[in-house]
Amino acid sequence: MPLTKPISPMPLLSVIDLECIRGDNLLFSGLDFKLYEGQLMQVEGANGSGKTSLLRILAGLSLASEGQVLWDGKDIHKQRSFYFSKVAYLGHTLGIKSDLSPLENLKITLALASFPFDETAVYRALEQTGLSGKEDVPARSLSAGQKQRVALARLLACPTKLWIMDEPFTALDASGVSLVRDLLETHLRRGGLVVLTSHQAVEVRGDVVRVNLSEDGLR
Amino acid sequence: MIQAFNALMKRDLLLAFRHRGELANPLLFFLMIVTLFPLGVSPEVVLLRKIAPGVIWIAALLAALFSLESLFRSDFEDGALEQMLLSPQPLAVLVLAKVLAHWLVSGLPMLLMAPLLGLLLAMPDPAIAALELTLAIGTPLLSLIGAIGVALTVGLRRGGVLLTLLIMPLYIPVLIFATNAVTAAAAGMPIAGQIYFLASLLVLALTLAPLAIAAALRISVS
Repeated sequence: MPLTKPISPMPLLSVIDLECIRGDNLLFSGLDFKLYEGQLMQVEGANGSGKTSLLRILAGLSLASEGQVLWDGKDIHKQRSFYFSKVAYLGHTLGIKSDLSPLENLKITLALASFPFDETAVYRALEQTGLSGKEDVPARSLSAGQKQRVALARLLACPTKLWIMDEPFTALDASGVSLVRDLLETHLRRGGLVVLTSHQAVEVRGDVVRVNLSEDGLR
Repeated sequence: MIQAFNALMKRDLLLAFRHRGELANPLLFFLMIVTLFPLGVSPEVVLLRKIAPGVIWIAALLAALFSLESLFRSDFEDGALEQMLLSPQPLAVLVLAKVLAHWLVSGLPMLLMAPLLGLLLAMPDPAIAALELTLAIGTPLLSLIGAIGVALTVGLRRGGVLLTLLIMPLYIPVLIFATNAVTAAAAGMPIAGQIYFLASLLVLALTLAPLAIAAALRISVS
């Protein structure tokens, strides 16, 4: 896989010889890549090629059947607590409690990430994602796209270095898509890392690398 | 860590409060089993007095099992569990917060209802006191042990039967010591031995169960 110019000499996230088996299916094997500060990696591949599985392995939710994921040169499972404080994961299921308001949802996220609760920062995050006026309605009454925005506000309210996003553009309208693109570009400019899967061809300006699981991942 | 513990417990209590209807189910179940016994078996005082400890304890045990099933269910479905697993806080502490919140809304009300049911089954005063004591130690124990099984089966579509099979054998020592203590108290005998046993089981569960629950959840979610 071609590497573009590194910003920092050390890759922050590196994956060595990763293999994933689900049931009887070999999804990918021998997957290697490195990700530096300010880089975005777009994971591509057909349906069922293991994009979500790869993301869950990177997030530390699942274990790979073979290989290692390193953060700053150390295995993520040997420094789990430290690694988790650097990562935000936005999965298929958003982790938004539908009986709680967006504000309450963010509050609990902050507490779990051991971030101090700063009301103005939280309101600002909700405003930035276009949810002003919806802070106190139960998330149940929000649309799918608005829930997605609550999950995005979570990324803003507690800043982390690495964002792992599974299909962040689904359910979003045009303004939502450009909002995510802006967020991603700002995050990259600040030296953040992003790993995302997406079916939509959304052009993010910045240092974008691509990995295709259907082609690169199989030997 | 304490902040995360408190926040998670408060969140669960708030969610429980917003679903008051669901909360009442296990309690009604508890109440119903016990009240049906005088009708179904015999209203005779001597007999009721004799079977009362067993009846109330079995009802509490089944109600606990019944209420525990939903402990991690909604969090699993909406992804909140994943976010919990990805918290830099120790997972064992977070699950302890969840179990505690669950006990506060399911175990504690049973504890409050039990003396009335004791009167209903014509239990003598010392036996009611012993019943309260055993329930106070026993219901958290049921929650902690049960949560291990729930954590293991949360990813399965029909985990209910499996959960019962996994958990019931572990509940049996609690049941034996607790009912034995209540029966002994009714006969005017000392119950310190049984209580110490239950208390030591509780200490054991408080220290080890959160670790087991955390490990089980990581397996279920991966």
